[in-house]
Amino acid sequence: METLSLLMDGFSTALSLNNFLYALMGCFIGTLIGALPGLGPANGVAIMIPLTFTLGLSPETALIMLTSVYAGAMYGGRISSILLNIPGDEPAMMTCLDGYPMAQQGKAAEALALSALASFIGSLVATIGLIFLAPILAKFALSFGAAEYFALFVLAFATLGGVTGKNPAKAALAAGLGLAIATVGIDLSTGTQRYTFNILELFEGIDFIVAIVGLFAISELLLFIEAHRGSTPRSEIKMNPLHLSFASVLQILPTSLRGGVIGFIAGVLPGAGASLGSFVSYTLEKRLVGAKGCFGKGDPRGIAAPEAGNNGAASGALVPMLTLGIPGSATTAVLLAMLVSFNITPGPLMFTQNADIVWGVIAALLLGNILLLLLNLPLVGIFVRLLSIPPRYLLPIVTMVAFVGIYAISRSAFDLCFMIGFGVMGYIFRKADIPLVPIILGMLLGPEMEKNLRHVMQIHDGNWLMLWDSGLSIGLWSIAIAGLVIPVIVGPILRARINKH
Amino acid sequence: MKTRTKTKLALATASLIIGMTSGLSNAAEPLITGKVDCIAPAGPGGGWDFTCRSIGRLLNNFSHGDLTVQTLNMPGAGGGVGFAHMITKRSHDPKVLAAASTATTARLAQNQFPGMSSDMVRWVGAIGTDPGIIAVSKDSDIDSLATLITRLKNDPSSLTFAGASAIGGWDHLKILMTAHSAGLSDLKQIKYLSYNNGGSAVTQVVGGHIDVLVGVASSTKGFIESGDLKPLAVLGHDRLSPPLDSIPTSFELGLDVEASNWRGFYMPKEVPEEAYQWWVNNLKAASQTDEWKQTMVQNGLEPFSLFGEDFDQFVNKQVGSLATISKEIGIIK
Repeated sequence: METLSLLMDGFSTALSLNNFLYALMGCFIGTLIGALPGLGPANGVAIMIPLTFTLGLSPETALIMLTSVYAGAMYGGRISSILLNIPGDEPAMMTCLDGYPMAQQGKAAEALALSALASFIGSLVATIGLIFLAPILAKFALSFGAAEYFALFVLAFATLGGVTGKNPAKAALAAGLGLAIATVGIDLSTGTQRYTFNILELFEGIDFIVAIVGLFAISELLLFIEAHRGSTPRSEIKMNPLHLSFASVLQILPTSLRGGVIGFIAGVLPGAGASLGSFVSYTLEKRLVGAKGCFGKGDPRGIAAPEAGNNGAASGALVPMLTLGIPGSATTAVLLAMLVSFNITPGPLMFTQNADIVWGVIAALLLGNILLLLLNLPLVGIFVRLLSIPPRYLLPIVTMVAFVGIYAISRSAFDLCFMIGFGVMGYIFRKADIPLVPIILGMLLGPEMEKNLRHVMQIHDGNWLMLWDSGLSIGLWSIAIAGLVIPVIVGPILRARINKH
Repeated sequence: MKTRTKTKLALATASLIIGMTSGLSNAAEPLITGKVDCIAPAGPGGGWDFTCRSIGRLLNNFSHGDLTVQTLNMPGAGGGVGFAHMITKRSHDPKVLAAASTATTARLAQNQFPGMSSDMVRWVGAIGTDPGIIAVSKDSDIDSLATLITRLKNDPSSLTFAGASAIGGWDHLKILMTAHSAGLSDLKQIKYLSYNNGGSAVTQVVGGHIDVLVGVASSTKGFIESGDLKPLAVLGHDRLSPPLDSIPTSFELGLDVEASNWRGFYMPKEVPEEAYQWWVNNLKAASQTDEWKQTMVQNGLEPFSLFGEDFDQFVNKQVGSLATISKEIGIIK
């Protein structure tokens, strides 16, 4: 019951006029970002970070807005999947399978409405899961000492393959680079300066917000300049007037509920993420319905399952991020960076010390879902039309916001140079198909991982065996090894099956 | 109709009275008006950010709108970037303040701001303080500071200490200073583990992973009241305000250790003397308002006021004594 009263306090934070308006704005922009092909939720949130600094938002308002952008981007991904057969982001890939055929059959409006409803249900189920699981897990986190935390960070890196896919060697390279960047600055455990070259700005290390905005937003701009094609793919599909029958809503209801639960579990598991959530949910549904359905040819359940799955995973991924400080997905890594830069440490203490922020964000997630459902049912036409705005108008705005926002954080031109440097690096890496998320994770988790390892050594006088001294840490190491090995074996099979669809 | 005139009259009188009382201290000399910067040399959410934001709010109300204080976060080098900015870019600007605390003096004492020293700025005043505290988990078998000292004397490496500062930083110094004054000599053997903030350090002690917490009253208050932490001593002369007034002080326990983290401000060196005096007077007046006293209670701060030349001398003396201690306990050479 304590949880519910805290949630009510959260609602009073989220419903204050100021926060409500930012949540609405976040939902709207998020949907738009999600709908634009290529711009996923992680990029979306990264692009919006500077805006929160430009506007000088308080931590809770900034987080509420970014959470809304996150939720919105998960909703938006389906729009271009259905209308253009181009997924707005990776998790929306499975939605193409039945969404586009439905649109071709002149049922685009139904497909959009039903998928919005499925997204809502999936997200709602998972947010309820978050509300009840997070505080329990947060209490459990008290039993984490230095050795257990170190094992947890190893686990986070071991499961990176699941987050970033394709080439494990490139992911490892990127993570290594992130860890290397993380060593810059004064070493807390000895007070020694590392790679600071007596430059004051480097004493506290390189700010990962600067790196995130550079890697994601600036590289996006560079890629655009290179492509220099001002046009976006236009939809040949005409929007039809909506004819939504009660029967079809009823048909997708159990599918959406199951999808939400599966998505939530996939989200909570480190490294699994939204793409897995939507894939498992789709294949399970296909098997359950069997030959009776027309999956792949425009079955409404074929849109409901992946949408409920990926939206459920989005909320589920917040559980390890809020309770342990371990991001379960790329977007939560970006959100985590935001929390840390506001001096808020995720973990058990956040639920007591920053209760207003945690519960405000959770309430914003629920509120955002209702707003998104309302935005996406009657206003879906607006998003469809916005999709045809050429990016040459959008990207200069993004660039301007990035520069102003980064300057507003520390008022130093030094950071702007770094941001551009990271932008160029991000551009080259994207060309070389090296994933960017491991760099961020390395920078974000590196210092904590190093600190915990050193603490184990300090407490136990350099006895390495103490890393495997408790049942909990042995368990975490086992999961880490499993997480490292299983994707290498199962990954190619799974990927082949996704491609086959 | 009649009642309305009456209300109007009452309102006018009230606002006149308010205007007179709140305008008193600066009406005579509105030397500094308009937009003023308060530099918090760290990111949002920390202690310096809090110092700037609360004094900003106070001065805005207090000056009746003549003054708008805006907080500028300028993170970097543990305050070094802000300190350098003040010396190099703002040396003559009377419309800028920067937040500081014992963390600033500790770093100055250990030459962690390369080429900079405490006499390169002017110290304006301190408006409150956060006393140092030593605590253990509720299940710990250590029940007094004396037991802790005895344990350390038997084997200095038998206990682990958690604090929020880096090695050699303020929290580390607190336990070293305590051990030093208790007559321990093998200070390098003491195991101090640094966490990036007070919160993580508290979690590790409450969770039973680390033996002793060296922290500040404000961030441990909640855990002491809830019974999760057992306080051993407050490091200073005075006891904390109720309800935490039952914790003994280090001086009562016979140890000559004063380690409280004051919250104050410095200004550029080259500002005109009147401007400096104006800030001294106004900060002093603002810190005596009920609003500030209430803010202190809410945030677990204790009263501490020292202004003008007195504060300037206090800071320079503290830097000197911290340098001496740091040398004695082997942190700097």
